[in-house]
Amino acid sequence: MENKFVQAPFEVDQHITAHSNYFAGKMGSKFYVALRDSKEILGVRCKTCSKVLWPPRETCGRCFSLLTEDDLVKIGPGGSVVSFTRVHYSEPIHPDVDAPLVYAVIQLDGADSGMTHLIGGVDPEQIEIGMRVTPVFIENRNGNILDIVYFKPE
Amino acid sequence: MSDRVAIVGVAQTRFSPKRADANVAELAYEVIEKVLNDTGLSIEKDIDNTISCSHDIWDGQTISNIGITDVAGGHLRTEEKMAMDGSTAAYYGAVGILSGEYECTLLLAHTKMSQTNRHIVNNDAFEPIYSRQLGLDFTSAGALQARRFMHAHGLSREDFARVVMKNLGNAMANPLACRFGYYGLDDVLSAPMEADPLTAMDAAPDVDGAVAMIVASESKAKKITDTPVWIQGLGSCYDDYFLGDRDLAECMALEKAAAQAYKMAGISNPVKDLDLIELSDEFSYQELLWLEGLGVCKPGEGARLTESGFTSREGELPVNPSGGVLSGVPANVMGLNRVAEAALQLMGKAGERQVKDAKRAVAQGHTGFCGQHQCVIVLGNQ
Repeated sequence: MENKFVQAPFEVDQHITAHSNYFAGKMGSKFYVALRDSKEILGVRCKTCSKVLWPPRETCGRCFSLLTEDDLVKIGPGGSVVSFTRVHYSEPIHPDVDAPLVYAVIQLDGADSGMTHLIGGVDPEQIEIGMRVTPVFIENRNGNILDIVYFKPE
Repeated sequence: MSDRVAIVGVAQTRFSPKRADANVAELAYEVIEKVLNDTGLSIEKDIDNTISCSHDIWDGQTISNIGITDVAGGHLRTEEKMAMDGSTAAYYGAVGILSGEYECTLLLAHTKMSQTNRHIVNNDAFEPIYSRQLGLDFTSAGALQARRFMHAHGLSREDFARVVMKNLGNAMANPLACRFGYYGLDDVLSAPMEADPLTAMDAAPDVDGAVAMIVASESKAKKITDTPVWIQGLGSCYDDYFLGDRDLAECMALEKAAAQAYKMAGISNPVKDLDLIELSDEFSYQELLWLEGLGVCKPGEGARLTESGFTSREGELPVNPSGGVLSGVPANVMGLNRVAEAALQLMGKAGERQVKDAKRAVAQGHTGFCGQHQCVIVLGNQ
């Protein structure tokens, strides 16, 4: 029988990169300027629903009211942990913090929706639901969500 | 306009960690060729619409369906892509036939998860302004939901582990499954922790594979097969996008999607009216949470149903007799695989994993982190 050469599967190695600048929106711009310049956290109050939402947005998803810059309100900075997880794998997408990375949903004081962020400055085994936390801000803030390094216990 | 829509044929690949021998189009062609052969249909003469589900980043190009149009007949006619879970292909395929626009539609879902990094791909599902930089992915987000769900009902990791044990045990009878076996509680609990409370065994593994299906109008279906499976109910609903906007211990979107599908199918008591459920257990805890959303039990009671054997293949209401997504079904494909598995059961073609006397089933799929979008499809063979 003829010996047939068997070609091994060939994979084309690629890496997709794109540097992006995403417009934060009218409300998001206010949020990030306040965070960067004043270490303040802004939410938005929907007068119709009587709910304070984070992140601030121009439309209430429940009642479709138009929300404006006049509806922005300061929330937090403290809050309580709604849920959390300790992540034991590492990926290039992760912020530069020591493992395990701890994510949490945090209900900020004065808000009716939670902020998903990181928890640090604490033994990861000591974190529990309901724990009070407060944000730690980075010194040189650029206007992005990592201007808050993490939330630490109050 | 057609009164009823039927599934007339199903073809699936075996699911494996890496199909190095087939590119995306070749993988798709395997199942398309098989389903056409099985049904005796011609892609040129019989199929009048194609709907495919795939993922741009996993496939490596935007409008990822362009990579499969040749093998899916898309160059001959309309072809539409759902950038969502495969269950939505069945949803829109059925809607197209009910509208009278189409008579016979090819559905396809395919993904090669081995081609790139799952966490990095899924991180791109998080919006860039407030979330993506945190490095979240579906496993870490799922872990946040799992812990909140545990907290709400006093559930334990053991409760989730029993879902893994049941489904991987069921997968022993499924020749397409990638991960299977009879495991003990300690095996699951001591598996490497990924994002607590979820271990590697609580999460579906990365696999490659494809599923194809043909749906047809009633008159066409009766000419094609003696075992049509009727699509009796459809439902679809989104929850809020941001995790902080949702109650993570609940699944409002699934409750609404199920209510729509049950109303259309005339189901008033899902436990009594259904013979089996195939749901998307991308993570173990989701089987328990989705059972609540599907109206099978009250909040927090799914764990008891699993422990008592109520949801085992021989139980009163088998859930994931195929082994579910935990046994290894690719992202985007998992919902169409749920519909396919439910259809095979109702055709009586589920082989060793067959549930006895199955007449009515529900299939559930979801898209996005923590099940943001939910799709429910009720099937029957009567």
